[in-house]
Amino acid sequence: MAGKTINIKVKVWRQGGKYPKGQFETYDLKDVGTDMSFLEMFDVLNEQLVSKKEMPVAFEHDCREGICGTCSMVIDGQPHGPMKGTTTCQLHMRSFKDGATITVEPFRAKSFPVIRDLVVDRSSFDAIIQAGGYISVNTGQAQDANAIPIEKDTSEKAFDAATCIGCGACVAACPNSAAMLFTSAKVSHLATMPQGKVESQKRVQAMVNQMDKEGFGMCSNIKACEAECPKEISTDNIALMNREYLASVLGSDKEG
Amino acid sequence: MNWFVRLLTSSLGRKLIMSLTGLFLITFLLVHLGGNLQLLNNDEGKSFNLYAKMMTTNPIIKITSYGLYFFILLHAVQGLLIWNKNRVATGTKYAVKKKSPGTTWASNNMALLGTIVLVFLGIHMGDFWFAMKYQTWPDAEAGRELIKYTLDDGTISEAKNLYGKVNWSFSQAWIVIVYLVSMIGLGFHLWHGFESAFQTLGLNHKKYTPFIRLVGKIYSVLIPALFALIPIMYFLGMRFPDWLVFHFI
Repeated sequence: MAGKTINIKVKVWRQGGKYPKGQFETYDLKDVGTDMSFLEMFDVLNEQLVSKKEMPVAFEHDCREGICGTCSMVIDGQPHGPMKGTTTCQLHMRSFKDGATITVEPFRAKSFPVIRDLVVDRSSFDAIIQAGGYISVNTGQAQDANAIPIEKDTSEKAFDAATCIGCGACVAACPNSAAMLFTSAKVSHLATMPQGKVESQKRVQAMVNQMDKEGFGMCSNIKACEAECPKEISTDNIALMNREYLASVLGSDKEG
Repeated sequence: MNWFVRLLTSSLGRKLIMSLTGLFLITFLLVHLGGNLQLLNNDEGKSFNLYAKMMTTNPIIKITSYGLYFFILLHAVQGLLIWNKNRVATGTKYAVKKKSPGTTWASNNMALLGTIVLVFLGIHMGDFWFAMKYQTWPDAEAGRELIKYTLDDGTISEAKNLYGKVNWSFSQAWIVIVYLVSMIGLGFHLWHGFESAFQTLGLNHKKYTPFIRLVGKIYSVLIPALFALIPIMYFLGMRFPDWLVFHFI
């Protein structure tokens, strides 16, 4: 299985911890198989660094099959790299040219502080999710599939929003570091389904308030988030969140 | 915190203010353009001067104009606040930044474009609004004495010669250039602002969003182009042909 190989330079952001100043380091990598994933390329680089008794590059990864949203990095100026609708772990070295210098930076936003190298603290997203609270469903045995009738296009819309893996690429791509696409995906996924409708008015206010508290920026409808989102979440969800929020603030006595 | 204060200071509330004031200013542009196009009538400024007199004396317009000043300031101040908050939220800049596919240059530079429009407004208000109100222009630029016009019903109406002031200003190349550059800035600001206002209001649906986008694109090219036509034609000494007399209101 001797596939094609390329030689590359990787220019990586190295930062020893939350407070020390970071800088770029450039590493040469020879004979990188083009069938390697981007993270496997980092595994190879780290093997080299460890064998030279240097600190390996810290990066986040978990499932490596594009569904957990853990692998967060900006590759050549694009969150998750140049391939549309793809997470870093599903990006392969065949997307890069022989001799290329690949610049890898952590997600940049005040609300995503760097912990080490490419690892950022995304607990601000957890706080937004937690602020959303609960949905009221009966526990116990799984319900019959059609116990609650839902139109197909409605369930599809909700599912499209629910595919958000919370990776934070929307924030990383946004020139304003806004978390609107993430928050709106969560808001509309639950507000569209009957199970989530019960608490939707309270939820939207609570999540938007928390989003503001976490210090994210404001949406200018640039739609870079939509373009860079590995799950191609639509900014239609942001419009839906705007509607939900206004309707809740002006039309209900709920407070988030 | 009071729910109303929280609404207006939340991220979505601030954007809502931008959207509503923006749509108001978009509507105002149409009215302003309608009035200004009378400058191109080949009547030595009669229709325009009488219109300008009506605009400064009609009480309803006076009240509306205070609303306009307020909304312009609100839109500008809120916009700068949002720009600053976003700057703080962004923190460290990327070493490499690639433009995301499908995003427009205008949408990435709304604060810059808005500032161009704001600076222009300062120049524009100083040159015409302030000058009209306090008759500050030198007699060499345009006569400051009132001009007597005979109306259709035979009565005489005295009006300030704002037309003369416009005529002088637009004979200066640098003023014409300032106006043209500003109208390009305005056009790009509207190119994104028009459709963005509707998205912020939550008005997004495949039934009508393509229509809003189309209207926005046409609006953002046509309106600034028609505004720009006035200084260009004045500089070249051109007016509408005699058969075309445009009356607004």
